[in-house]
Amino acid sequence: MVTGDTFLTMRGTVKNFPGAKALDGVDLDVRTGEVHCVLGQNGAGKSTLIKVLAGAHQPNDGEIHIDDQPVTITSPVAALRLGIATMYQELDVVDGLTVAENIFLGHELSRAGLSNAGAMIARSRELLAQLGHAEISPRLEVGRLSAAGKQVVSMARALSRKARLIVMDEPSAVLDAEEVENLFRVVREVTAAGVAIIYISHRLEEIRQVGDRITVLKNGRTVATGLDVATTSTRELITLMTGRTEEYVFPPRPSVAADAAEVLNVEDLALPGTFEGVSLQIRAGEIVGLAGLVGSGRSEILEAICGVRRPSAGRVLVDGRRLRPGSVPDAVSAGVGLCPEERKSQGLLLDEPLYRNITLSSFARIARGGFLDEHRERRAAMRQITGLELRPADPNRVTRTFSGGNQQKILLGRWLEHGCRVLVLDEPTRGVDVGARAEIYKLIAELAAAGTAILVVSSELPEVLGLSDTIHVVADGRVVHSGPARDIDEHRVLDLVMEGEAA
Amino acid sequence: MSASAEAPPPPSQETVRTGGRRISLPGGMVRNLGLVIALLGLCLVGWFTADTRFLDGDNFITILRFASVTGVVSVGMTFVITGGGIDLSVGSVLGLASVWASTLATQAMAGDVHWLVVVFTACAVGAACGLVSGILIAYGKVVAFIATLAMMVAARGLAEIISNNRNQILDVPGFDNFFDARPLGLPTLVWVFLIVAAAGWVLLNRTTFGRRTIAVGGNAEAARLAGIRVRAHTVALYVLCGFCSGLAGAMMIARTTVGSSTHGGLYELDAIAAVVVGGTLLIGGRGTIVGTVFGVLIFATLSNIFTLNNLSISAQSIVKGAIIVLAVLLQQRFASRSGSSSP
Repeated sequence: MVTGDTFLTMRGTVKNFPGAKALDGVDLDVRTGEVHCVLGQNGAGKSTLIKVLAGAHQPNDGEIHIDDQPVTITSPVAALRLGIATMYQELDVVDGLTVAENIFLGHELSRAGLSNAGAMIARSRELLAQLGHAEISPRLEVGRLSAAGKQVVSMARALSRKARLIVMDEPSAVLDAEEVENLFRVVREVTAAGVAIIYISHRLEEIRQVGDRITVLKNGRTVATGLDVATTSTRELITLMTGRTEEYVFPPRPSVAADAAEVLNVEDLALPGTFEGVSLQIRAGEIVGLAGLVGSGRSEILEAICGVRRPSAGRVLVDGRRLRPGSVPDAVSAGVGLCPEERKSQGLLLDEPLYRNITLSSFARIARGGFLDEHRERRAAMRQITGLELRPADPNRVTRTFSGGNQQKILLGRWLEHGCRVLVLDEPTRGVDVGARAEIYKLIAELAAAGTAILVVSSELPEVLGLSDTIHVVADGRVVHSGPARDIDEHRVLDLVMEGEAA
Repeated sequence: MSASAEAPPPPSQETVRTGGRRISLPGGMVRNLGLVIALLGLCLVGWFTADTRFLDGDNFITILRFASVTGVVSVGMTFVITGGGIDLSVGSVLGLASVWASTLATQAMAGDVHWLVVVFTACAVGAACGLVSGILIAYGKVVAFIATLAMMVAARGLAEIISNNRNQILDVPGFDNFFDARPLGLPTLVWVFLIVAAAGWVLLNRTTFGRRTIAVGGNAEAARLAGIRVRAHTVALYVLCGFCSGLAGAMMIARTTVGSSTHGGLYELDAIAAVVVGGTLLIGGRGTIVGTVFGVLIFATLSNIFTLNNLSISAQSIVKGAIIVLAVLLQQRFASRSGSSSP
């Protein structure tokens, strides 16, 4: 594939969020007509990079040049005007509108002030044909299209904007194998016409098929850029993506007593289309980790164990007692507590004071005949605040105003107050800054030492490997490897995961 | 601000007893203070425009009596809205309950029915309607707006069929005696309202039921993952609201001496307006019974002033509308101040 002049240059791009640096010096050059792949682990800064290019986030520092002219991308509209179109992973099409209306959403063709439906339909037909999808009718409601069809519409929209750079965020995630082939064909046609593409994916074999050059991000920084797809080895890429950092400090832990009782026993759990044949055991004081990519089914496995989802087969036993499938109250009363992935939307009452979040699952013990005593509640909250070193130590403070790390501690406090046998942690340090991470690791280790059985999922492999005694690697809804955490490293896990994806 | 010194704000749910307690919900007290000032302001308007006719003790009792029926409905509505729902059927259910209870008293068991049976029947009819709506919403996954809209239409229709579109005069001696009494100088209707409001306050602010209501309305997913039975709780909220509407139906019979299918027309709007003006968030998660009581009193006083000045109902509606908009705009300001910065 012939690639031309540099279209986009980013130098030293920095984006700060409260308490975290999402981008910390990103360099990127994209040439016209190339497919430039951006690789990186979860949290490496890929999403933030996309949003900076789309004009949704304003960088705090750095320079962006387009056609060698310095530019600032002040808004999504400005991005489109500069020729940058973005295809988000969760496709941003409007289901209730037709294909043509979606393609021209926000820049409708008009004649004498009235929208010119005929021209839009005709132009849509041309664009769809150009993309090899003449069979999609411009008059069809988008809600009736498959994910692949919606992606074509999204792409046609980018072309209708005369985009010179299309940013694609994991475009293959929603597609089956045949649709992926078709996507690649479209990508090749578009680039042949001189459009540049930034292709974000963590499926290496796809990148080998469709990509030209690769940039690798880690912790918000560019660690390598302009690598040739044909000559860079997989091993080299994985090393670049994972390379150790100092941010994971795990407290030393005693090994689990050989005679420790089994607390959680999961047998042959299955949910069709999501995961199957999942079995695992956790003893008192043991930390078990599930490693796998986003979408591998690991979060769903946790949810099924906690009663949030109802598995179609298999059973979950806590201390030998079988839990009622799909019943959170039953799991909670057996002592299973879930700290969910989305702390804010799934875990906390953000506008309520801290103490009410701590006591939410402990009414049975704290209330007397259905009546709550706020003094007792605050005392309970103070107990957790002291034990967890929550800051600021104010039980009446509105939960929203605590930092990410302290919000995570509030959730831990809720389950500690309830008295947990099994603690299930989904992404325990997401959105938590580096300092608070170490504290949370320490707390998890202390809880295990006190005899709690702990199940952890994390997208960050060093975290899940460093915390756990035992690791189960999940790929495509199946456990593909189980064993002691000290016998496996990141490379091996990534190999397993990517083999699973390819299979 | 001197007015506020004379009349301290009522004990809001956020009021503090322990000295070290900071105001954890900004705006809670400010808002109740605002309601006191608004009510006092309205009283001033009443004083200037209608003078002694307004300031007369009997007139205040008239206002309270007028407020009591809507008040009981609004307390129930406060729970549903705090729990993240809405109940459009309260007015129709009130009418149906009044018809059902008066039918029972005049036809089925004519003559020898105990007055408590009348009240109980009205409450049971209301609670049953709430049960149906609640099950549709929580287990049938019908949107609350639609489910209660259907109940609103259907209950009105059923009331018309049962009563044959006629007013049914209730003649149960004990019933009249009870509601005509004036313990401590206040009509029974007003006492019922005060007791329901006080019970509602305790239920919302001091019990696990109230806390669960706030949790379900504030973040249903978080409540579910914390082990709260969200669907069962939702049903309970609608049953409670229906029960209040039914009780209000019995109170309506007492006020008008008849059961009628036209009772409670547009009460759903009056109740929602009172709840919203009182400071309960329409999106759920925060509710205030004290605010609702003030909301009801503000609208009742407003009606009274308009009546005393021989102004039309239509003019009154315009002012009501303006007050609702003003209250919601203020509420949005408080909401944005508490800062929703989630991505």
